[in-house]
Amino acid sequence: MSTIDVRTAITQAHHEEWARVVAALTRRFGDLDIAEEATAEAFATAVERWTADGVPPNPGAWLTTTATRKAIDRIRRENKRDGLQRKAQVLYDDRPPEPIGAIEDDRLRLIFTCCHPALAMESRVALTLRMVGGLAVPEIARAFLVHETAMGQRITRAKAKIKAARIPYRVPSAEDLPARVSGVLAVLFLVFNEGYLASGPDTEPIRQDLTAEAIRLTRLIRALMPQDGEVAGLLALMLLTEARRTARVSASGELVTLDEQDRGAWDAALVAEGHRLVRERLAAGVAPGRYQILAAINAVHTSARDVGDTDWSQVVALYDHLVRLDPSPIVALNRAVAVAELDDPEAALADVDRLEDRLAGYHAYHATRADLLRRLGRSQESRAAYDNAIELAGNTAETAYLTRRRDQLR
Amino acid sequence: MQYLFCVIDDKTNSGTQDEQAAIDVFNDRLQAEGSWVFAGGLGSPDTATVIDNRDGEAVFTDGPFVETKEYVAGFWIIQAPDLDVALALAAEGSKACNRKVEVRPFLGE
Repeated sequence: MSTIDVRTAITQAHHEEWARVVAALTRRFGDLDIAEEATAEAFATAVERWTADGVPPNPGAWLTTTATRKAIDRIRRENKRDGLQRKAQVLYDDRPPEPIGAIEDDRLRLIFTCCHPALAMESRVALTLRMVGGLAVPEIARAFLVHETAMGQRITRAKAKIKAARIPYRVPSAEDLPARVSGVLAVLFLVFNEGYLASGPDTEPIRQDLTAEAIRLTRLIRALMPQDGEVAGLLALMLLTEARRTARVSASGELVTLDEQDRGAWDAALVAEGHRLVRERLAAGVAPGRYQILAAINAVHTSARDVGDTDWSQVVALYDHLVRLDPSPIVALNRAVAVAELDDPEAALADVDRLEDRLAGYHAYHATRADLLRRLGRSQESRAAYDNAIELAGNTAETAYLTRRRDQLR
Repeated sequence: MQYLFCVIDDKTNSGTQDEQAAIDVFNDRLQAEGSWVFAGGLGSPDTATVIDNRDGEAVFTDGPFVETKEYVAGFWIIQAPDLDVALALAAEGSKACNRKVEVRPFLGE
């Protein structure tokens, strides 16, 4: 078998089996550390063995067996060294699952443990990418502009807390499930957004590795919890956003706003899949959560042939709904943008100005004001607002766009 | 598994009768459910004395070992199978005593 074929097989197995192997070993040995290390070793062995002997007929089973053997070897070594029997099963909760309709998949336990609310958000993100996504520590460190050693320590500390404080390895009870699912989705949305609006002067404006990973993990959760509306909503939102990725940054590296994007460059397959999910949720007839509403807003945008064709009254109505669920100033800011398109920028500007106390440190607040002031012919104030936005923006494509808009003003 | 719930306060003499009544109800529940190990309220940091006998000659210092706005006003020690159960109890404890609660696991058995 050629090296290229083996490499393809390994990459595919890594995508499909990593989380499954880590999850199965965590359940069996009750220890995330052992599970992670043994799984990584099994993949390293696969590179060697599969090149020599060919890819096994069932790569997943081969990897699980090999990883299990590695884990047992390590436990034996440690027992010998410490002269005592290691206590296994410290994490695994063998109470029968509550009848919540969720599929009993070990990967779900793994996801909920990694996204536990007792862990800091940055630890949840790092742990999820490592344990569920199978990303290597240096990759995660690069993604979040953190030193490799620091990222390694962050993951080690999180695993140690899970063990010492006994964070359980289980799917939460039906009562806690909605809050815990939304905690998981927040982690995935954060990963997606870091990819979509990458920050830092030396970073690519869009980190496709991160958006793709976030989508892959959200698809996994969707497969595990197909009945959850918010999971479907977040996946649709990501797909409809990702569909516009290539149209969103120009050849010269400048942000292209929605109204100026080449709609022919949007990924039609992703748009269609996103629209299908939104329709599925509408048909479900259950009151939507915030991700479903955000997905619906994006569905309206991606249904329009051009910006003039956009159903702005529908967009404003959806934002009104969202404001009731999520009264955050950022939602109010986005609603104001839609109001500007629907009736007049004057009313929108008044709405935006009311948010100053809470959003003065947020670049999009100043960018929105700058645009509205420009449309109202108040050039001097617009220019000052662009200056503020440029100072606060962290994304290179956005900075380039804002600078050009500012310099067009006379 | 045992967990320590530290009750965090930042005001002195802030306990009310309603809070005490709510704490009693919560304590009764902990005992009925078998989660109870021990609990108690503590005197204010003004009543603390720090002893340092590391060099074999005990030195006494009036007051808490570190001056902060927040201090431990009391504690519970509870028994729970895992952190989720402990956190659910701590949430109720925080509500009952109307203060923040820090949850710490005891070191492994």
